[in-house]
Amino acid sequence: MQELRTLIGKEITLEWRQRYALNGMMLYIVSTIFVCYLSFRLKSNQLNPLAWNTLFWIIMLFMAINAISKSFTQERAGRLLYYYTLASPQWIILSKIIYNSALMLILSMLGFGFYSFVMGNPVGDIPMYLLTIVLASVGFASSLTMIAGIVSKAENNGALMAILSFPVIIPMLLMVMKLAKNALDGLDRGSSNDEMMILLALDAIVVTLSLILFPYLWRS
Amino acid sequence: MKKYWWKIVAVVLLVYGFYFGLMGEVPRRDILNESIRNVYFHVSLWFATTLFLLVSAIFSVRYLRSNNLADDDKAVEFANVALLFGALGCSTGSLWARVTWGGWWPNDPKLNSVAISMLMYFAYLVLRSSLEDEQKKARISAIYNIFCFAVFIPLIYILPRLTDSLHPGNGGNPAFGEYDMDNQMRRVFYPIIIGWMLLGTWIASLRIRVRALEKIED
Repeated sequence: MQELRTLIGKEITLEWRQRYALNGMMLYIVSTIFVCYLSFRLKSNQLNPLAWNTLFWIIMLFMAINAISKSFTQERAGRLLYYYTLASPQWIILSKIIYNSALMLILSMLGFGFYSFVMGNPVGDIPMYLLTIVLASVGFASSLTMIAGIVSKAENNGALMAILSFPVIIPMLLMVMKLAKNALDGLDRGSSNDEMMILLALDAIVVTLSLILFPYLWRS
Repeated sequence: MKKYWWKIVAVVLLVYGFYFGLMGEVPRRDILNESIRNVYFHVSLWFATTLFLLVSAIFSVRYLRSNNLADDDKAVEFANVALLFGALGCSTGSLWARVTWGGWWPNDPKLNSVAISMLMYFAYLVLRSSLEDEQKKARISAIYNIFCFAVFIPLIYILPRLTDSLHPGNGGNPAFGEYDMDNQMRRVFYPIIIGWMLLGTWIASLRIRVRALEKIED
């Protein structure tokens, strides 16, 4: 447990020292949302809720891929090797997943705030929508972290991240969009139970697989 | 004879399946009519595809444990055969959809899932070709392959069952076998599944041998 806490602390310190990465991500979301706003030339609430929801999640998807793809490339190979002599691989991947989930959570909350600010907010059940964002952040972070690890082994290939991660993340994205749609329409909360269970089950599968497979990835 | 009896079985089963699949008696059903014969081809192809993906994932697991490149060759060739059978499954399904649902590619969760999983396995091949070092290529693609298989199963067999789907057995529809198949059909259906599985294994084994020979030449 101590090990995990130290590793997460290390990730946070690292992020704080290289603030340009974090700032870059924030700027990325804000400018993407602003571009969408400008290109739809919104007056007020003219976008229908379905398109509003879809657009939001597509922005979130691209943001997640951009934010997480750097999680293994930020540090030099020599330093990674040094961590690997100190800590067990399971803790390393777990700390990255937890850290990335937190990062995603902050970025997507910020994104949601700004998105509703410029594009209007037709959501019927806001607490439920926020819960969806939380589940999505954790889900995206856990599946993308492992993919980022795989991509970091195949040298400098930016396109590879998109190719490998899209198919893996789509089932999760579909569930999230459905959940978000239910919250958007303000449906009875019980009606989203199925989707939520599936999302949690998918998260569980992905995290377990990462824990099992990462030790093999790390050795190469 | 000891070694290749199963190849003979594959040919016999497929010839039997094709003959009775096309010529045999089938029950008359509304909408389906004669197209019910596609059960023999479309459904059985997908069963075989799933088996090959499972075998491919198993060989990837074995590679991670043994570090033997031969296991990696088997994993990739079974994935290739699965892609071939998957493409055939898609095209037979597409023909069937045209006749019964009125479009080549109707918007159905199961079809979309299939498209996604095909993309996933193409990404697996792209990942392989982007890595140079043999051992590294084998290890990293084995990891991705296992990851893909873990996504494939919920994608194809769980998610479509929970949403509204046109496919039988999904979204509250009854499964095909419950009403539409009779024992006459089962006598053709089960042999042809085994036939496809054997044929695919045969193709994969030939390609694995080619790979092994190429390695010796190098």
